[in-house]
Amino acid sequence: MTETIEKTDVVIIGAGPTGLFAVFELGLNDMKCHLIDILDRPGGQCAELYPEKPIYDIPAIPMCTGQELTDRLMEQIKPFNPVFHLSQMADKIEKQEDGSWNVTTDRGTIINTKVVVVAAGGGSFVPKKPPIKGIEAYEGNSLFYSVKKMEQFRDKCVVIAGGGDSALDWVVNLQPIVKELTLVHRRDDFRAAPDTVAKMRALVAENKMTLKIAQIMSLKGDNGQINALALKDETGEKDYACDTLLAFYGLTMKLGPVAGFGIEFQNEVIPVNTANFETNLPGVFAIGDINTYPGKMKLILSGFHEAALMAKKAFEYVHPGRKYRFQYTTSSSDLQNKLGVEEKQEQAA
Amino acid sequence: MKILVTDKDGQEHTLEGTKDWSVMEVIRDGGLEMLAQCGGSCACATCHVYVDEAWISKIPEPTEEEIGMLDGAFNVNDQSRLSCQLFCTDEADGLKVTIAPGSY
Repeated sequence: MTETIEKTDVVIIGAGPTGLFAVFELGLNDMKCHLIDILDRPGGQCAELYPEKPIYDIPAIPMCTGQELTDRLMEQIKPFNPVFHLSQMADKIEKQEDGSWNVTTDRGTIINTKVVVVAAGGGSFVPKKPPIKGIEAYEGNSLFYSVKKMEQFRDKCVVIAGGGDSALDWVVNLQPIVKELTLVHRRDDFRAAPDTVAKMRALVAENKMTLKIAQIMSLKGDNGQINALALKDETGEKDYACDTLLAFYGLTMKLGPVAGFGIEFQNEVIPVNTANFETNLPGVFAIGDINTYPGKMKLILSGFHEAALMAKKAFEYVHPGRKYRFQYTTSSSDLQNKLGVEEKQEQAA
Repeated sequence: MKILVTDKDGQEHTLEGTKDWSVMEVIRDGGLEMLAQCGGSCACATCHVYVDEAWISKIPEPTEEEIGMLDGAFNVNDQSRLSCQLFCTDEADGLKVTIAPGSY
């Protein structure tokens, strides 16, 4: 694990719509942001769960998809040059003697910051685990939810479970190096790129792999080593020999390390006061779906509003002694400078 | 109208259904444990239920989208549905469902 230490005004945990818009509100008030997200791209639930689904309740945008909303927010915050730490999770926050915070990610990145904003939505996206009793014993030994090093699977008898892009991509990539390969999916239809599906079908036709239309009911083995899977299909349940299982059933949201930060939680959400969305820890804020207060509604627009009020209070921590100036983007040349409005007009002209 | 829901511990609850609400919403409103993470947009497969055999033929068939989404659920069978895609209609009065493992 490599350690890099960075310095910023605000660390935002979660790069969903609320976290992204927070960059804008903080940026208008001269606060630089770093964002941490476990996904490999910004957008949060909008990117992972419904990139192509329509959203109709963003003010003044009658309709946009989850991906379009993300793209527009990215464009809106571009003038503030936020730094993204993607595919990593905020692991811990530690108060420093000078009142600042050190945020450490699971990749060993350390960011020193004056303010922490938790915009973690429903939690971190982590792989869905089959609800099979005792499955934990195999995890990391012979059961995996992602591929970090392909070499680890060389000459193994591998079963890949799932019917989406992850499952099909790894079928195609791992087939040349494994000893035996089987794809297990519940139906003979795949929600993956047609090209990859065609490649998989060709491998099956050439007898280079097996396709099983079945579901995994249990894992059999000893000391974390799988030696067979109980597969159920229309004819019943049968054992299927293998030594490695790669399971790709999509992602689910789990609260994760943020629960251990010392922030007060109630039923997996963070109580905040509605004047500034600060938590029980001074300088640590919670906005968007992760917070709760009387009347809370889990809407993207609530997160946007919360971001604006949070930014006003965060200003006190980042620029102590400086007077907060309330301005409108419509009329303030100061704000327009920060947004690079003049440059954009020149470019357009 | 009533919806009968068996929870993760095998206990059956009779919930009052509100017309046109989804069964997922009725379950959530009834305080039973169910993930239903995407909030009803047929995008996560964590509101998976088994519809009682006797009811399967009496409710509208799943869309292609729902069938595809069930790929992200576990122990899927002929009675599997996503409860965000089942609705409280007069025809569904008395519908019996069981919350599936992986959705709580």
